[in-house]
Amino acid sequence: MADEANRQFAGLSDVSISEDIPVEGDISVPMGSSSSNRQRGEEDEFSTLDEPVKETILRDLRAVGSKFIHVLYPKRSSVLLRDWDLWGPLLLCVTLALLLQGGAADSEDQGGPQFAEVFVIVWFGSIIITLNSKLLGGTISFFQSLCVLGYCIMPLTAAMAVCRIVLVGGSGTVSFIVRLVVVTASFGWSTFASTAFLADNQPPGRKSLVVYPVFLFYFVIGWMVLTFSPSQ
Amino acid sequence: MASPNDLQFQEFEEAAELLSADPGASTLSMSASNTSTTAAGGGGGGGRGGGEDVKLDLSEEEGEEESSELLGGQKPTGGFWTFEYYQSFFNVDTVQVLDRVKGSLMPLPGRNFIKHNLRSNPDLYGPFWICVTLVFSVAIGGNLSSFLSEKGNPSYHYRPQFHRVTIAALVIFMYAWLVPIGLWGFLTWRQGAERQIGGYSFLETVCVYGYSLFIYIPTSVLWIIPFEWLRWTLILVAMVISGSVLVLTFWPVVREDTKVMAVATVVTIVVLHTLLAVGCKMYFFQTEVHVPSAVPITPTINMTIATKAH
Repeated sequence: MADEANRQFAGLSDVSISEDIPVEGDISVPMGSSSSNRQRGEEDEFSTLDEPVKETILRDLRAVGSKFIHVLYPKRSSVLLRDWDLWGPLLLCVTLALLLQGGAADSEDQGGPQFAEVFVIVWFGSIIITLNSKLLGGTISFFQSLCVLGYCIMPLTAAMAVCRIVLVGGSGTVSFIVRLVVVTASFGWSTFASTAFLADNQPPGRKSLVVYPVFLFYFVIGWMVLTFSPSQ
Repeated sequence: MASPNDLQFQEFEEAAELLSADPGASTLSMSASNTSTTAAGGGGGGGRGGGEDVKLDLSEEEGEEESSELLGGQKPTGGFWTFEYYQSFFNVDTVQVLDRVKGSLMPLPGRNFIKHNLRSNPDLYGPFWICVTLVFSVAIGGNLSSFLSEKGNPSYHYRPQFHRVTIAALVIFMYAWLVPIGLWGFLTWRQGAERQIGGYSFLETVCVYGYSLFIYIPTSVLWIIPFEWLRWTLILVAMVISGSVLVLTFWPVVREDTKVMAVATVVTIVVLHTLLAVGCKMYFFQTEVHVPSAVPITPTINMTIATKAH
Protein backbone atom coordinates (compact mmCIF):
# COMPACT_ATOMS: atom_id res chain seq x y z
CA MET A 1 0.00 0.00 0.00
CA ALA A 2 2.84 2.35 0.77
CA ASP A 3 4.38 1.46 -2.58
CA GLU A 4 1.21 2.33 -4.40
CA ALA A 5 0.92 5.59 -2.54
CA ASN A 6 4.49 6.41 -3.33
CA ARG A 7 3.99 5.62 -6.97
CA GLN A 8 0.90 7.74 -7.19
CA PHE A 9 2.62 10.65 -5.63
CA ALA A 10 5.79 10.07 -7.58
CA GLY A 11 4.49 12.19 -10.39
CA LEU A 12 3.93 15.13 -8.09
CA SER A 13 7.59 15.39 -7.26
CA ASP A 14 8.30 16.20 -10.87
CA VAL A 15 5.95 19.16 -10.85
CA SER A 16 8.63 21.59 -9.92
CA ILE A 17 9.79 24.96 -11.12
CA SER A 18 10.56 23.54 -14.52
CA GLU A 19 8.60 26.16 -16.41
CA ASP A 20 10.25 29.14 -14.88
CA ILE A 21 13.59 30.51 -15.81
CA PRO A 22 16.03 28.16 -14.13
CA VAL A 23 16.99 29.85 -10.94
CA GLU A 24 20.26 28.05 -10.67
CA GLY A 25 22.93 27.66 -13.19
CA ASP A 26 26.47 26.48 -13.48
CA ILE A 27 29.56 28.30 -14.19
CA SER A 28 30.72 25.79 -16.77
CA VAL A 29 30.62 26.49 -20.46
CA PRO A 30 27.95 24.01 -21.57
CA MET A 31 29.52 20.97 -23.17
CA GLY A 32 27.51 19.02 -25.67
CA SER A 33 27.99 15.59 -24.23
CA SER A 34 27.28 16.44 -20.61
CA SER A 35 23.49 16.03 -20.79
CA SER A 36 23.75 12.57 -22.29
CA ASN A 37 26.03 11.46 -19.53
CA ARG A 38 23.45 11.95 -16.83
CA GLN A 39 23.93 8.53 -15.36
CA ARG A 40 27.65 8.97 -15.43
CA GLY A 41 27.37 12.47 -13.99
CA GLU A 42 29.46 11.76 -11.00
CA GLU A 43 32.24 10.45 -13.14
CA ASP A 44 32.22 13.70 -15.08
CA GLU A 45 32.69 15.79 -11.95
CA PHE A 46 35.42 13.62 -10.63
CA SER A 47 37.23 13.67 -13.93
CA THR A 48 37.87 17.38 -13.66
CA LEU A 49 40.27 16.62 -10.86
CA ASP A 50 42.63 15.07 -13.34
CA GLU A 51 42.77 17.86 -15.81
CA PRO A 52 45.58 20.36 -15.69
CA VAL A 53 44.98 23.50 -13.62
CA LYS A 54 45.32 25.65 -16.70
CA GLU A 55 42.32 23.87 -18.17
CA THR A 56 40.19 24.56 -15.10
CA ILE A 57 41.08 28.21 -14.94
CA LEU A 58 40.67 28.70 -18.65
CA ARG A 59 37.17 27.23 -18.55
CA ASP A 60 36.04 29.81 -16.04
CA LEU A 61 37.86 32.57 -17.87
CA ARG A 62 36.19 31.60 -21.10
CA ALA A 63 32.79 31.72 -19.42
CA VAL A 64 33.50 35.14 -18.02
CA GLY A 65 34.83 36.32 -21.34
CA SER A 66 31.80 35.13 -23.24
CA LYS A 67 29.62 37.12 -20.89
CA PHE A 68 31.68 40.23 -21.47
CA ILE A 69 31.03 39.86 -25.17
CA HIS A 70 27.33 39.53 -24.49
CA VAL A 71 27.39 42.81 -22.62
CA LEU A 72 29.20 44.47 -25.51
CA TYR A 73 26.50 43.41 -27.94
CA PRO A 74 23.37 43.20 -25.82
CA LYS A 75 20.72 41.17 -27.52
CA ARG A 76 17.98 39.38 -25.73
CA SER A 77 19.85 36.26 -24.83
CA SER A 78 19.66 34.16 -21.76
CA VAL A 79 23.35 33.37 -21.43
CA LEU A 80 23.90 35.87 -18.67
CA LEU A 81 20.85 34.65 -16.86
CA ARG A 82 21.25 30.94 -17.29
CA ASP A 83 24.93 30.60 -16.50
CA TRP A 84 25.34 33.34 -13.99
CA ASP A 85 28.55 33.83 -12.12
CA LEU A 86 29.91 36.53 -9.89
CA TRP A 87 33.57 36.46 -10.96
CA GLY A 88 33.04 39.04 -13.64
CA PRO A 89 31.29 41.55 -11.38
CA LEU A 90 33.96 41.10 -8.72
CA LEU A 91 36.73 41.66 -11.23
CA LEU A 92 35.02 44.76 -12.62
CA CYS A 93 34.29 46.19 -9.19
CA VAL A 94 37.86 45.76 -8.01
CA THR A 95 39.22 47.29 -11.23
CA LEU A 96 36.87 50.25 -10.95
CA ALA A 97 37.70 50.83 -7.29
CA LEU A 98 41.43 50.63 -8.01
CA LEU A 99 41.16 53.05 -10.92
CA LEU A 100 39.30 55.50 -8.71
CA GLN A 101 42.20 55.59 -6.31
CA GLY A 102 45.09 57.95 -6.46
CA GLY A 103 42.84 60.92 -6.95
CA ALA A 104 42.22 63.81 -4.63
CA ALA A 105 41.68 61.15 -2.02
CA ASP A 106 45.00 62.07 -0.54
CA SER A 107 43.39 64.78 1.53
CA GLU A 108 41.18 62.57 3.62
CA ASP A 109 38.35 64.99 4.04
CA GLN A 110 37.03 66.17 0.73
CA GLY A 111 38.35 63.59 -1.62
CA GLY A 112 36.81 61.13 -3.92
CA PRO A 113 35.28 57.83 -2.90
CA GLN A 114 37.48 55.48 -1.02
CA PHE A 115 38.02 51.90 -2.15
CA ALA A 116 35.54 50.59 0.39
CA GLU A 117 32.96 53.18 -0.58
CA VAL A 118 33.05 52.08 -4.20
CA PHE A 119 32.62 48.47 -3.17
CA VAL A 120 29.75 49.28 -0.87
CA ILE A 121 28.00 51.37 -3.47
CA VAL A 122 28.34 48.77 -6.20
CA TRP A 123 27.40 45.74 -4.17
CA PHE A 124 24.83 47.26 -1.86
CA GLY A 125 23.34 49.12 -4.78
CA SER A 126 23.03 45.91 -6.77
CA ILE A 127 21.50 44.08 -3.82
CA ILE A 128 18.96 46.82 -3.20
CA ILE A 129 17.99 46.99 -6.85
CA THR A 130 17.59 43.22 -6.93
CA LEU A 131 15.44 43.26 -3.81
CA ASN A 132 13.41 46.05 -5.31
CA SER A 133 12.71 44.14 -8.49
CA LYS A 134 11.84 41.00 -6.58
CA LEU A 135 9.50 42.89 -4.26
CA LEU A 136 7.74 44.37 -7.25
CA GLY A 137 7.01 40.87 -8.44
CA GLY A 138 9.87 40.08 -10.78
CA THR A 139 10.64 36.46 -11.54
CA ILE A 140 14.38 36.79 -11.81
CA SER A 141 16.46 35.13 -9.16
CA PHE A 142 18.66 37.01 -6.75
CA PHE A 143 22.04 36.01 -8.11
CA GLN A 144 21.02 36.24 -11.73
CA SER A 145 20.14 39.86 -11.18
CA LEU A 146 23.38 40.55 -9.33
CA CYS A 147 25.25 38.95 -12.19
CA VAL A 148 23.58 41.11 -14.84
CA LEU A 149 24.00 44.34 -12.90
CA GLY A 150 27.64 43.57 -12.19
CA TYR A 151 28.54 42.69 -15.75
CA CYS A 152 26.87 45.81 -17.11
CA ILE A 153 29.32 47.95 -15.16
CA MET A 154 31.85 47.02 -17.81
CA PRO A 155 31.26 50.04 -20.09
CA LEU A 156 31.72 52.37 -17.13
CA THR A 157 34.95 50.66 -16.10
CA ALA A 158 36.20 51.03 -19.65
CA ALA A 159 35.21 54.70 -19.53
CA MET A 160 37.15 55.10 -16.30
CA ALA A 161 40.25 53.69 -17.93
CA VAL A 162 39.79 56.08 -20.87
CA CYS A 163 39.28 59.00 -18.49
CA ARG A 164 42.49 58.27 -16.67
CA ILE A 165 44.38 58.14 -19.91
CA VAL A 166 42.82 61.42 -21.03
CA LEU A 167 43.67 63.02 -17.70
CA VAL A 168 47.31 62.18 -18.19
CA GLY A 169 47.24 64.61 -21.06
CA GLY A 170 45.89 67.42 -18.91
CA SER A 171 42.70 68.41 -17.13
CA GLY A 172 41.43 71.40 -19.03
CA THR A 173 38.10 72.06 -20.60
CA VAL A 174 38.76 69.93 -23.67
CA SER A 175 39.63 66.92 -21.60
CA PHE A 176 36.51 67.53 -19.53
CA ILE A 177 34.30 67.57 -22.60
CA VAL A 178 35.89 64.41 -23.92
CA ARG A 179 35.40 62.70 -20.58
CA LEU A 180 31.83 63.91 -20.38
CA VAL A 181 31.02 62.46 -23.76
CA VAL A 182 32.70 59.16 -22.99
CA VAL A 183 31.04 58.78 -19.60
CA THR A 184 27.60 59.72 -20.91
CA ALA A 185 27.89 57.23 -23.75
CA SER A 186 29.00 54.41 -21.49
CA PHE A 187 26.32 55.23 -18.91
CA GLY A 188 23.68 54.98 -21.59
CA TRP A 189 25.20 51.75 -22.84
CA SER A 190 25.21 50.20 -19.36
CA THR A 191 21.61 51.11 -18.70
CA PHE A 192 20.50 49.90 -22.10
CA ALA A 193 22.38 46.61 -21.74
CA SER A 194 21.04 45.82 -18.31
CA THR A 195 17.46 46.64 -19.22
CA ALA A 196 17.80 44.40 -22.26
CA PHE A 197 18.52 41.53 -19.91
CA LEU A 198 16.28 42.43 -16.99
CA ALA A 199 13.19 43.88 -18.57
CA ASP A 200 11.57 40.65 -19.65
CA ASN A 201 11.21 39.30 -16.16
CA GLN A 202 9.08 42.07 -14.76
CA PRO A 203 5.32 42.15 -14.47
CA PRO A 204 3.68 44.47 -16.97
CA GLY A 205 2.95 47.99 -15.84
CA ARG A 206 5.92 48.05 -13.51
CA LYS A 207 8.79 48.05 -15.95
CA SER A 208 9.65 51.70 -15.37
CA LEU A 209 9.54 51.19 -11.63
CA VAL A 210 12.25 48.58 -12.03
CA VAL A 211 14.31 50.41 -14.64
CA TYR A 212 14.51 53.69 -12.73
CA PRO A 213 16.72 52.40 -9.87
CA VAL A 214 19.05 50.82 -12.43
CA PHE A 215 19.28 54.19 -14.15
CA LEU A 216 20.04 55.89 -10.84
CA PHE A 217 22.66 53.27 -9.98
CA TYR A 218 24.63 53.71 -13.20
CA PHE A 219 24.17 57.46 -13.00
CA VAL A 220 25.85 57.56 -9.60
CA ILE A 221 28.70 55.36 -10.81
CA GLY A 222 29.05 57.54 -13.88
CA TRP A 223 29.18 60.58 -11.64
CA MET A 224 31.99 59.00 -9.62
CA VAL A 225 33.89 58.28 -12.81
CA LEU A 226 33.37 61.75 -14.23
CA THR A 227 34.33 63.67 -11.12
CA PHE A 228 37.55 61.82 -10.63
CA SER A 229 40.20 64.46 -10.37
CA PRO A 230 43.84 63.60 -10.07
CA SER A 231 45.87 64.96 -7.21
CA GLN A 232 48.33 67.65 -8.18
CA MET B 1 -4.96 3.68 0.23
CA ALA B 2 -5.44 7.36 -0.41
CA SER B 3 -6.21 8.50 -3.91
CA PRO B 4 -5.67 12.10 -4.98
CA ASN B 5 -9.42 12.66 -4.93
CA ASP B 6 -9.64 11.72 -1.30
CA LEU B 7 -6.82 14.03 -0.55
CA GLN B 8 -8.53 16.99 -2.16
CA PHE B 9 -11.77 16.35 -0.39
CA GLN B 10 -9.98 16.25 2.88
CA GLU B 11 -8.35 19.57 2.16
CA PHE B 12 -11.66 21.28 1.67
CA GLU B 13 -12.91 19.94 4.95
CA GLU B 14 -9.95 21.26 6.84
CA ALA B 15 -10.16 24.61 5.15
CA ALA B 16 -13.84 24.84 5.98
CA GLU B 17 -13.08 24.07 9.61
CA LEU B 18 -10.46 26.74 9.73
CA LEU B 19 -12.78 29.24 8.13
CA SER B 20 -15.55 28.62 10.57
CA ALA B 21 -13.13 29.01 13.43
CA ASP B 22 -11.79 32.33 12.20
CA PRO B 23 -13.84 33.95 9.47
CA GLY B 24 -11.32 36.69 9.01
CA ALA B 25 -8.50 34.43 7.98
CA SER B 26 -7.62 34.49 4.33
CA THR B 27 -7.25 31.08 2.79
CA LEU B 28 -4.09 30.86 0.82
CA SER B 29 -2.61 27.46 0.42
CA MET B 30 -4.51 24.26 0.43
CA SER B 31 -1.48 22.17 1.13
CA ALA B 32 -0.52 23.90 4.32
CA SER B 33 -3.87 23.31 5.97
CA ASN B 34 -3.26 19.59 5.70
CA THR B 35 -1.71 18.75 8.99
CA SER B 36 -2.81 15.15 9.04
CA THR B 37 -0.69 12.16 8.14
CA THR B 38 -1.44 12.55 4.46
CA ALA B 39 0.53 15.73 4.60
CA ALA B 40 3.61 13.78 3.67
CA GLY B 41 2.25 13.16 0.21
CA GLY B 42 0.34 16.40 -0.08
CA GLY B 43 3.26 18.41 1.13
CA GLY B 44 5.40 17.08 -1.65
CA GLY B 45 2.92 18.17 -4.24
CA GLY B 46 2.26 21.48 -2.56
CA GLY B 47 5.92 22.06 -2.10
CA ARG B 48 6.11 23.29 -5.64
CA GLY B 49 4.90 26.61 -4.42
CA GLY B 50 7.85 26.85 -2.10
CA GLY B 51 8.26 26.15 1.54
CA GLU B 52 6.75 29.51 2.35
CA ASP B 53 3.24 28.19 1.80
CA VAL B 54 3.56 25.92 4.79
CA LYS B 55 4.92 28.67 6.95
CA LEU B 56 2.22 31.10 5.87
CA ASP B 57 -0.82 29.31 7.12
CA LEU B 58 0.62 28.25 10.43
CA SER B 59 1.88 31.67 11.37
CA GLU B 60 -0.73 33.69 9.57
CA GLU B 61 -3.09 34.04 12.46
CA GLU B 62 -0.53 35.51 14.84
CA GLY B 63 1.03 37.66 12.20
CA GLU B 64 -2.26 39.16 11.20
CA GLU B 65 -3.10 40.86 14.45
CA GLU B 66 0.24 42.59 14.75
CA SER B 67 0.43 43.71 11.18
CA SER B 68 -3.14 44.86 10.71
CA GLU B 69 -2.54 47.46 13.37
CA LEU B 70 0.37 48.85 11.46
CA LEU B 71 -1.36 48.77 8.12
CA GLY B 72 -4.68 50.19 9.21
CA GLY B 73 -6.84 47.32 8.09
CA GLN B 74 -5.00 46.20 5.00
CA LYS B 75 -4.26 42.52 5.41
CA PRO B 76 -0.79 41.38 4.46
CA THR B 77 -0.31 37.86 3.32
CA GLY B 78 1.72 36.31 6.07
CA GLY B 79 3.92 36.84 9.06
CA PHE B 80 6.60 39.47 8.96
CA TRP B 81 9.33 36.96 8.28
CA THR B 82 7.96 35.87 4.93
CA PHE B 83 8.80 37.58 1.69
CA GLU B 84 5.16 38.03 0.73
CA TYR B 85 4.63 40.32 3.69
CA TYR B 86 7.05 42.83 2.27
CA GLN B 87 5.80 42.31 -1.24
CA SER B 88 2.45 43.68 -0.17
CA PHE B 89 4.12 47.03 0.42
CA PHE B 90 5.25 47.22 -3.17
CA ASN B 91 1.94 46.53 -4.77
CA VAL B 92 1.90 49.53 -7.05
CA ASP B 93 2.10 50.12 -10.76
CA THR B 94 3.99 52.83 -12.55
CA VAL B 95 0.81 54.76 -13.18
CA GLN B 96 -0.09 54.76 -9.51
CA VAL B 97 3.32 55.98 -8.44
CA LEU B 98 3.22 58.80 -10.97
CA ASP B 99 -0.26 59.68 -9.78
CA ARG B 100 0.91 59.95 -6.21
CA VAL B 101 3.87 62.06 -7.19
CA LYS B 102 1.57 64.42 -9.04
CA GLY B 103 -0.69 64.55 -6.03
CA SER B 104 2.19 65.61 -3.85
CA LEU B 105 3.08 68.39 -6.26
CA MET B 106 -0.38 69.91 -6.39
CA PRO B 107 -1.94 70.11 -2.96
CA LEU B 108 -5.44 71.44 -3.22
CA PRO B 109 -7.37 72.36 -0.10
CA GLY B 110 -9.87 69.68 0.70
CA ARG B 111 -7.86 67.00 -1.08
CA ASN B 112 -6.36 64.82 1.54
CA PHE B 113 -3.33 63.06 0.10
CA ILE B 114 -3.97 59.88 1.99
CA LYS B 115 -7.64 59.59 1.26
CA HIS B 116 -7.38 60.76 -2.29
CA ASN B 117 -4.18 59.26 -3.59
CA LEU B 118 -3.28 56.39 -1.36
CA ARG B 119 -6.75 54.90 -0.99
CA SER B 120 -5.58 52.37 1.59
CA ASN B 121 -2.80 51.03 -0.56
CA PRO B 122 0.25 52.70 0.91
CA ASP B 123 3.49 51.65 -0.64
CA LEU B 124 7.11 51.79 0.35
CA TYR B 125 8.49 52.10 -3.16
CA GLY B 126 7.82 55.82 -3.47
CA PRO B 127 9.21 56.95 -0.11
CA PHE B 128 12.31 54.82 -0.38
CA TRP B 129 13.37 55.73 -3.90
CA ILE B 130 12.41 59.36 -3.50
CA CYS B 131 14.66 59.54 -0.45
CA VAL B 132 17.53 57.85 -2.30
CA THR B 133 17.16 60.17 -5.28
CA LEU B 134 17.00 63.16 -2.98
CA VAL B 135 20.18 62.10 -1.20
CA PHE B 136 22.10 61.94 -4.43
CA SER B 137 20.56 65.01 -5.97
CA VAL B 138 21.38 67.09 -2.89
CA ALA B 139 24.94 65.78 -2.68
CA ILE B 140 25.63 66.15 -6.39
CA GLY B 141 23.88 69.50 -6.60
CA GLY B 142 25.82 70.80 -3.64
CA ASN B 143 29.06 69.64 -5.17
CA LEU B 144 28.24 71.30 -8.49
CA SER B 145 27.14 74.53 -6.86
CA SER B 146 30.31 74.87 -4.83
CA PHE B 147 32.28 74.17 -7.98
CA LEU B 148 30.42 76.87 -9.87
CA SER B 149 30.65 79.42 -7.11
CA GLU B 150 34.41 79.09 -6.90
CA LYS B 151 35.15 78.90 -10.57
CA GLY B 152 37.06 82.14 -10.80
CA ASN B 153 39.24 81.28 -7.85
CA PRO B 154 42.69 80.16 -8.96
CA SER B 155 43.56 78.48 -5.70
CA TYR B 156 40.43 76.36 -5.74
CA HIS B 157 40.95 72.75 -6.59
CA TYR B 158 37.85 70.75 -7.44
CA ARG B 159 37.08 67.98 -5.04
CA PRO B 160 34.23 65.51 -5.35
CA GLN B 161 33.35 65.78 -1.65
CA PHE B 162 32.02 62.31 -1.51
CA HIS B 163 31.51 62.30 2.23
CA ARG B 164 28.51 64.55 1.68
CA VAL B 165 26.57 61.60 0.31
CA THR B 166 26.87 59.85 3.64
CA ILE B 167 25.76 62.90 5.58
CA ALA B 168 22.88 63.60 3.24
CA ALA B 169 21.76 59.98 3.47
CA LEU B 170 21.81 60.04 7.25
CA VAL B 171 19.86 63.27 7.54
CA ILE B 172 17.24 62.54 4.92
CA PHE B 173 16.55 58.98 5.92
CA MET B 174 16.33 59.91 9.57
CA TYR B 175 13.86 62.65 8.74
CA ALA B 176 11.78 60.46 6.48
CA TRP B 177 11.55 57.64 9.00
CA LEU B 178 11.92 59.00 12.53
CA VAL B 179 9.57 61.94 12.16
CA PRO B 180 6.69 59.79 10.88
CA ILE B 181 7.31 57.34 13.72
CA GLY B 182 7.16 60.15 16.22
CA LEU B 183 4.14 61.75 14.64
CA TRP B 184 2.24 58.52 14.29
CA GLY B 185 3.00 57.56 17.86
CA PHE B 186 1.92 60.96 19.09
CA LEU B 187 -1.33 60.96 17.12
CA THR B 188 -2.13 57.43 18.21
CA TRP B 189 -1.56 58.34 21.82
CA ARG B 190 -3.73 61.41 21.56
CA GLN B 191 -6.57 59.55 20.00
CA GLY B 192 -6.48 56.73 22.46
CA ALA B 193 -9.13 54.16 21.79
CA GLU B 194 -10.61 55.75 18.72
CA ARG B 195 -7.63 54.91 16.62
CA GLN B 196 -9.58 53.37 13.80
CA ILE B 197 -11.72 56.42 13.26
CA GLY B 198 -9.81 58.93 11.25
CA GLY B 199 -6.42 57.69 12.36
CA TYR B 200 -3.68 57.02 9.90
CA SER B 201 -1.68 53.88 9.95
CA PHE B 202 2.06 54.01 10.33
CA LEU B 203 2.65 53.08 6.70
CA GLU B 204 0.38 55.84 5.45
CA THR B 205 2.25 58.39 7.52
CA VAL B 206 5.59 57.25 6.14
CA CYS B 207 4.10 57.32 2.66
CA VAL B 208 2.90 60.92 2.98
CA TYR B 209 6.23 62.10 4.27
CA GLY B 210 8.10 60.27 1.54
CA TYR B 211 6.02 61.64 -1.29
CA SER B 212 6.06 65.13 0.18
CA LEU B 213 9.84 65.16 -0.18
CA PHE B 214 9.57 64.79 -3.94
CA ILE B 215 9.39 68.52 -4.60
CA TYR B 216 12.88 68.92 -3.18
CA ILE B 217 14.45 66.90 -5.96
CA PRO B 218 13.91 69.44 -8.74
CA THR B 219 14.52 72.18 -6.20
CA SER B 220 17.95 70.83 -5.33
CA VAL B 221 18.78 70.60 -9.02
CA LEU B 222 17.71 74.18 -9.58
CA TRP B 223 19.70 75.31 -6.56
CA ILE B 224 22.83 74.84 -8.63
CA ILE B 225 22.10 78.19 -10.25
CA PRO B 226 24.18 80.55 -8.16
CA PHE B 227 21.74 83.34 -7.40
CA GLU B 228 20.84 83.77 -3.76
CA TRP B 229 17.47 85.36 -4.35
CA LEU B 230 16.54 82.51 -6.70
CA ARG B 231 17.54 79.94 -4.13
CA TRP B 232 15.49 81.52 -1.39
CA THR B 233 12.49 81.84 -3.70
CA LEU B 234 12.79 78.20 -4.68
CA ILE B 235 13.09 77.04 -1.12
CA LEU B 236 10.04 79.06 -0.17
CA VAL B 237 7.96 77.64 -2.97
CA ALA B 238 9.07 74.09 -2.19
CA MET B 239 8.37 74.49 1.50
CA VAL B 240 4.93 75.90 0.85
CA ILE B 241 3.97 73.09 -1.47
CA SER B 242 5.27 70.16 0.54
CA GLY B 243 4.30 71.77 3.81
CA SER B 244 0.75 72.18 2.64
CA VAL B 245 0.61 68.56 1.54
CA LEU B 246 1.50 67.57 5.07
CA VAL B 247 -0.76 70.09 6.75
CA LEU B 248 -3.75 69.25 4.57
CA THR B 249 -3.25 65.61 5.36
CA PHE B 250 -2.91 65.90 9.09
CA TRP B 251 -5.26 68.77 9.84
CA PRO B 252 -8.49 66.74 9.67
CA VAL B 253 -7.06 64.27 12.12
CA VAL B 254 -5.71 66.80 14.53
CA ARG B 255 -8.70 69.09 14.33
CA GLU B 256 -10.72 67.03 16.78
CA ASP B 257 -8.17 67.57 19.49
CA THR B 258 -7.99 70.59 21.74
CA LYS B 259 -7.13 73.80 19.98
CA VAL B 260 -3.74 74.11 21.62
CA MET B 261 -2.59 70.60 20.79
CA ALA B 262 -3.91 70.86 17.24
CA VAL B 263 -2.06 74.03 16.49
CA ALA B 264 1.06 72.82 18.27
CA THR B 265 1.12 69.61 16.23
CA VAL B 266 0.71 71.38 12.94
CA VAL B 267 3.32 73.95 13.86
CA THR B 268 5.77 71.21 14.80
CA ILE B 269 5.24 69.47 11.48
CA VAL B 270 5.89 72.69 9.59
CA VAL B 271 8.90 73.65 11.69
CA LEU B 272 10.60 70.28 11.24
CA HIS B 273 10.00 70.43 7.53
CA THR B 274 11.45 73.92 7.38
CA LEU B 275 14.46 72.84 9.36
CA LEU B 276 15.17 70.07 6.92
CA ALA B 277 14.93 72.32 3.88
CA VAL B 278 16.92 75.19 5.29
CA GLY B 279 19.47 72.89 6.87
CA CYS B 280 20.08 71.13 3.57
CA LYS B 281 20.46 74.41 1.81
CA MET B 282 22.83 75.86 4.37
CA TYR B 283 25.05 72.82 4.56
CA PHE B 284 25.17 71.59 1.03
CA PHE B 285 24.81 74.79 -0.91
CA GLN B 286 26.93 77.20 1.01
CA THR B 287 28.37 80.15 -0.77
CA GLU B 288 30.71 81.09 1.99
CA VAL B 289 32.49 77.77 2.02
CA HIS B 290 36.23 77.98 1.82
CA VAL B 291 38.49 75.28 0.53
CA PRO B 292 40.71 73.90 3.29
CA SER B 293 43.86 75.70 2.24
CA ALA B 294 46.49 77.58 4.20
CA VAL B 295 45.06 79.90 6.82
CA PRO B 296 46.30 83.29 5.57
CA ILE B 297 44.59 82.78 2.20
CA THR B 298 41.22 82.11 3.83
CA PRO B 299 40.27 85.70 4.62
CA THR B 300 41.13 86.68 1.05
CA ILE B 301 38.87 83.98 -0.35
CA ASN B 302 36.10 85.05 2.00
CA MET B 303 36.37 88.60 0.78
CA THR B 304 36.38 87.70 -2.90
CA ILE B 305 33.34 85.51 -2.44
CA ALA B 306 31.57 88.13 -0.40
CA THR B 307 32.12 90.74 -3.06
CA LYS B 308 31.07 88.37 -5.81
CA ALA B 309 27.85 87.33 -4.14
CA HIS B 310 27.06 90.87 -2.95
